[in-house]
Order: sequence, then C-alpha cells, then structure tokens
Amino acid sequence: MNDFFYLIPISIVLGLAGLIVFLWTLRNGQYDDLDGASERILYDEDRPRRDAALDPGRDDPKS
Amino acid sequence: MSCCVPPPAFADVAAGGPNRGPSDNEVRLASRALGEGLRQSDFSVPAVHCGACIRTIETALDAVPGIVSSRVNLSSKRVTVRWRDAGALPPMVRRLVELGYEPVLFSLESAARDTGLAALIRALAVAAFCSMNIMMFSGSVWAGADGPTRDVLHWICAGLTLPALLYSGRVFYASAWAALKARRTNMDVPITVGILLAFALSFYDTVFSGERVYYDAVASLIFFLLIGRTLDHAMRERVRTAVTGLARLAPAGALVLDREAGPAFLPLDEIAPGATIAVPAGERVPLDGDVLEGRSALDKSLLTGESLAEPVGPGQSVPAGALNTTAPLTLRTTADARNSTLSRLVQLLDDAEASRNRYRRIADRAAAWYSPVVHLAALAAFAGWMVVNGNLHDAVTVAIAVLIITCPCALGLAVPMVQVMAARRLFEAGILVKDGSALERLAEVDTVVFDKTGTLTTGLATPIALSGTPETLALAAGLAARSRHPYSLAIAQAFRQDGAEDWQAVADHPGLGVEARLDGHVYRLGRVGWSGPENTGEARSVLSRDGVPLAAFTFEDHLRPNAVQSANALLTNGYRLELLSGDRPALVEKLAARLDMAGSGGLMPQDKLERIVALEAEGRRVLMVGDGLNDTPAMARAHVSMAPATAADIGRNAADYVFLRNDLGAVPQALSIAREAQRLVGQNLLLALLYNAIALPIAVAGLVNPFLAAVAMSASSVVVVLNALRLGWHPLRRRPRPRQAEATA
Repeated sequence: MNDFFYLIPISIVLGLAGLIVFLWTLRNGQYDDLDGASERILYDEDRPRRDAALDPGRDDPKS
Repeated sequence: MSCCVPPPAFADVAAGGPNRGPSDNEVRLASRALGEGLRQSDFSVPAVHCGACIRTIETALDAVPGIVSSRVNLSSKRVTVRWRDAGALPPMVRRLVELGYEPVLFSLESAARDTGLAALIRALAVAAFCSMNIMMFSGSVWAGADGPTRDVLHWICAGLTLPALLYSGRVFYASAWAALKARRTNMDVPITVGILLAFALSFYDTVFSGERVYYDAVASLIFFLLIGRTLDHAMRERVRTAVTGLARLAPAGALVLDREAGPAFLPLDEIAPGATIAVPAGERVPLDGDVLEGRSALDKSLLTGESLAEPVGPGQSVPAGALNTTAPLTLRTTADARNSTLSRLVQLLDDAEASRNRYRRIADRAAAWYSPVVHLAALAAFAGWMVVNGNLHDAVTVAIAVLIITCPCALGLAVPMVQVMAARRLFEAGILVKDGSALERLAEVDTVVFDKTGTLTTGLATPIALSGTPETLALAAGLAARSRHPYSLAIAQAFRQDGAEDWQAVADHPGLGVEARLDGHVYRLGRVGWSGPENTGEARSVLSRDGVPLAAFTFEDHLRPNAVQSANALLTNGYRLELLSGDRPALVEKLAARLDMAGSGGLMPQDKLERIVALEAEGRRVLMVGDGLNDTPAMARAHVSMAPATAADIGRNAADYVFLRNDLGAVPQALSIAREAQRLVGQNLLLALLYNAIALPIAVAGLVNPFLAAVAMSASSVVVVLNALRLGWHPLRRRPRPRQAEATA
C-alpha cells in the first residue's frame, strides 16, 4: 500500500493543472460565445480579422 | 438550403423601409466610451443564427468607414461594434437592416461587464476541484483504510478543504456576517455555522486520529451551494433606470431670446414662464409653451404613443418632450421646468414605481422560516444528546450532522435552476426576462392589458386606395417617394411602379404633405383640405392635380403578426384582456371588437395608470404590454410588464420582459413558460422539503455517517436539477408551433 503513495501528489497536481487551465480559459473569454466558436472555425480566413482587440478580459479599460 | 435567407426579416424590411432600428441619437446615447476617441455599441440581433450570419455581418460592418471592429456573439445573439467617434455616426444600424438583421438597442448585460458572475464561477471551480479530490480520498477511507493510512488521508483531505473553505466559501460568510450585523438571520447563517463547525470538529478528529471526518461534506456543501448561488446571481434583480432615462431625455437648457443682455443658453431651472425660447429642428421642446413663430411638425410619440408627426404653427401650444422635426420654432414658455409636461411624467413614473407592492421572491419567503427551524433543530439535537448521553463530542457531532444534512443545497438550487432554464427557453423564443422575480410574478397574472399603437399594431400604416386609376396611384407613389412622412413611405411602397417621372420643385410641407410640378401642373399629395377639397369622405390623404383630386387614400393600422391568434389563445386560457390607448376612441373600439377585448381610447398616461390601479384594487394581477413613454407609468405600476424591443428606451427599461421578435405570440408564450416554471418550482421545493423531512430525524438520531451525508446531499441536489431540466420538455404533448417559429426565424 505504501508503495503507491506517490500517486497521491501526482493526482493532485494533475487536478490542479486542470483547474488552472479552466481558470485561464475563463479569463481568456473562451466561454463567452460557445455557439459562435464552433461556427467560426469553418470560416477561418488566412488574415486575422481586426477584432483581436475585442477579446474580452484582455481589454475593456472601463470595466 | 441556406438558413441565412431570413424571409420574415426581409418582409419586415420591405414593409418598414430603411429607417427601422434605433435612431443615430439613441445609438450614440447607448454607446460607451472606450477612450482614445473610440466608442462601443452593443446590439441585440435576434435574427443571427449560424456561422454564415456571423460572416455576413462582420464582413459588412468591417467595411463601413468609421467602424474599427465588429464581433458577433452567436450564443447571446449580440453584435459588438467599436467605432471611431469623429463627427457622424457610422451607418451601422442601416447596414444591418439592409442585410436583413434588424438590430435592437437592448441587452440584459449593462455597459459594465458582470464581474460578480466571473468571481462566482472561479469560486465554483475551486470548490469543484477540492470536493472531487476529497471524494477520491474519502472513497479510500470508506473502503476500509485504517490506522496511519487513514490519518494520512485525513490530513490530505484537510489540506484540500482549505481552498474551498477560505476562498470559495467567502460568499456565504460575507452574507451571513452582513445579516448578523443587521440583527437578522438568513439562510447563510446556518450554512456558515455548519461549514465552520464541521471543519473545526473534523480537524480536531484528524489531529486526535478520530474515525469520522466531514471534509467531503464541507467541500461538496460549498460546491452545491455555490451552484445555486451562481444561478441565482444570473436571475438577480436589476436596478431599474426608467426614471433617470426619462429625465435624461429632457434638454439641459434652452436658448432664451428675450434677455436684456442678449440671447443666452440658460439651464431650464432658471427660465421662468413667459420667456421666449428657440427650439432648433431635431431637438426636443424643453418647456411647455405657445408657438410665436415658425411652422414645423412635432413628433409627440414620447407623450402619446402616436408615431405620426403633427403640424404646429403660431398660436398653438406645444408640450415639453415633443421632438421638433422639421423647422426651428420660437416659443413663449407657459410653465417652468418643474411643471412642464415631461417633468410631470417623470413624477408620475416615480410615484408608480414607488407604489408598486414590493414583491418578495419565493426563495426569500422560504428562507425566512427555514433558518430559525434549522437553528432550533440543531440546538435541540445538541441539548437532547447532552441530556441523554452526556458526551460533548457526540452531541457536537450530531448537531453538526443536523446542520450539514439540512443545509439548503436542494432548496438553494430549487428556484434558480428552474428560472435559469425558463430564461433560456424564453431567450430561444426571442424574449428577454430581466430577473427571476419577474418570472414568478408573470405566473400569477390573470389580466393582460395591451397598448394599441406600437404594441398590438406595428405603428406602420397600410394604405387603402379609395379612388384612383392605376396610373394616378403610380403617380401618387412616385410623388410619395419624395417625402419622408410615414404615410408617404407607406403609399410609395404599396403602389410602387418603375415609372420615373421628372418631378420638379419638390417641396415637403411639414404636417401638410408634399408638392411638386410635373409637365406644367402642380401636384399635391397630403392631408385633406390642403391638397384638395375638404369633403372627401373618409379619405385621410389625397393626390390632386391643380387642386382637382385624382386619388384618395385611407390608412389602416397594421396589426403585429399573430396579434389575433395571441389574443384568442389568451382568451381561451382564461385571461381577461383589455386595450388601453391614447388613440381616437372610435378606432380603438373597432380594433378591440376585432380582438374580442374591452377597449377604451383617448387615454392620457394618468388614465392608463388609474385603470391599472383600479384593476389591482379588484384583486387582479395585471400584465401590462406597452411600448410608449405614455405607457411607462402603467407598466411600472402593473404587477408585471412587457415591451417590444422597438419600444422607447424608457419603456424597455421599465418593462420586466422585452420581446425581440416582431411577433405578438411572445405574450402567450411567455405566460405559458412562466406558469410551467412556477409549477416546477413548486415541485422542487416539495422535493427539497421531503428530503429534509426524511434526513432530519436520521441526523437527530445520530445515525448519519460522512458517507450517508455526502450521498444524501448530492442525490437531493441532482434530483432537483433534473426536475428543473424538464422545463419545456413534453414527450407526451405535441407542440408543433414553437418549433416552427424557430425554423423560420
């Protein structure tokens, strides 16, 4: 039994990594438009659109 | 098939002309500054529904000069446009209307981003991480770990509980502390006491190698309660800004002409009755007054709800708040700022909002008796065990078990879960609801009161030719196309032909009509008596050549789509219907008879308000459906209110519900969803209560172990959530209509 204790920190670290990734996606605004994201991938253009500044979370001097 | 040919939208655009959607002034007012000369506008665009729509809109808007960037949000059906504030407003509304996506200046999210929700979701994520990991280790303990292994696992669980306890639980501690400071108690008090005591006892048992710890209960309690809290946050009451919005419409000052020191722009408060002021075209009349000089047309839609501009000339009196549309006017004021029409309306709205019976939400009513009961139960269990057993540790354990097991997880989820589901269903149907209490109030309604213009009817007129040949009608349409008057637009669209007459010297006479020359003749299209002889029967508009009538038109109100069906559906469901309008009584009664409802016309805002008060005094619960400023006092006073998205800004703010689509079917649909939601809320509260009724005796008897507590708590929450998800799911009932509406939209 004691031989398997090293699994505990591993599982916690993995869970923590998942949590951090979730918080990052949340801050990144990736849940703002779930329906839109799945459609946009079909229309990706070679040139990025000018809307980069519209990414919420990164901008909004007012909020 | 491409889903992006929106036929209803196109039909509307064809019917309404290119001037639909919010005006430039409204857009500018609603936009917010981002700094560096940039402004941002948010529109609701209910017609957006696929990737092609996103592409069409973004490509088109990006090409409009002055627009910096645009982004469509498909989930919330909104468009965010950033534009450079340099002189004129970029024609974004017009472009959207041309594309067939009519924008609406309304969204639930106010200008500032909702930071509270994001914080709650972060807390929820942390609680989820903690509770899931603790569950994993608790599983090993339950599976039979003992001795030093169990102690190690307990220590790990204690460490994992800390983030949930310290970070995620703060919401409850803060609310409980605020309640206690105000010498009240709320649901969060037993929650906080339960969480903290359970952690303290578990920690004590961890240190002294006890058998039972409740870390999993603490963490999952916080997790489930936070789910309920997060959903509730989405349905919280929003601050109403109808009154401030109305006050903002009044001009800040006016140009006073008859001062000794020469003309000056003075604040309204300093202008006494009898002063001479100038009102430029395109501005609102600041104070009540009589016209001294100038001829113009006044748009009084703010005050009466009627969209047609009325002509005014010297000697006539004009009310504050009316929009001067065509030419400058000089007025002699007859009232000061406090007694002008507009500020009296503000006063009326203020009173109506204050006098509405404060509605207490179901969850609040449940909480009022819930927490004392839980406190007493826990205290009684503690006292009982002390008397019977005398062991402090056992007594505290039982008291904590009672607090934990009765913690209102299911109760906290019961109401908001259903309301969030209902709000989603309503959103799919193009209806926005402002808060959860509006859903509860709508379910209680038994009387529906409609406004006429702009609500039952679209405000557009359908012209009917009373006389005239196809040639003269085409001529009328050609001439009408030169005028901006709504009646002219209607004629131009109804009888449009390709003929390109060479009109000369076209002159638009405000309030009268349009005049032009063709082949040496003078043609006039306009009101009876100006363009032709007075006695032309029921004609409202006449085309004449050199004073001889050629064609005559009358106009009929254009009913909103599904108005008749909706009225019928409401009647068959037992609602009492009424029509209150500021329009001419004869017209109103005719329409009311057609829709099988009682109707009264010629009403002022005050009369509408009094009618609502009278109905409520009879014990009726009224839903007021209206759009104009003249309806807002009645809407604020009514039990619950609804407005079309085309309503005035203030009307939308006063309303509890806003329907984005043109279709009046939204009213019965919202009522049926609200009623179904209410039924589910009742069931959920019963389920939560049932769970507590079973669990409480077990906890008091001291039979709850950590495993049972975890399972019971999760199971009750899951049952309540599943029951809420049933909303709008009727496997046994056939309902083809709403689906179809989805498909064509």
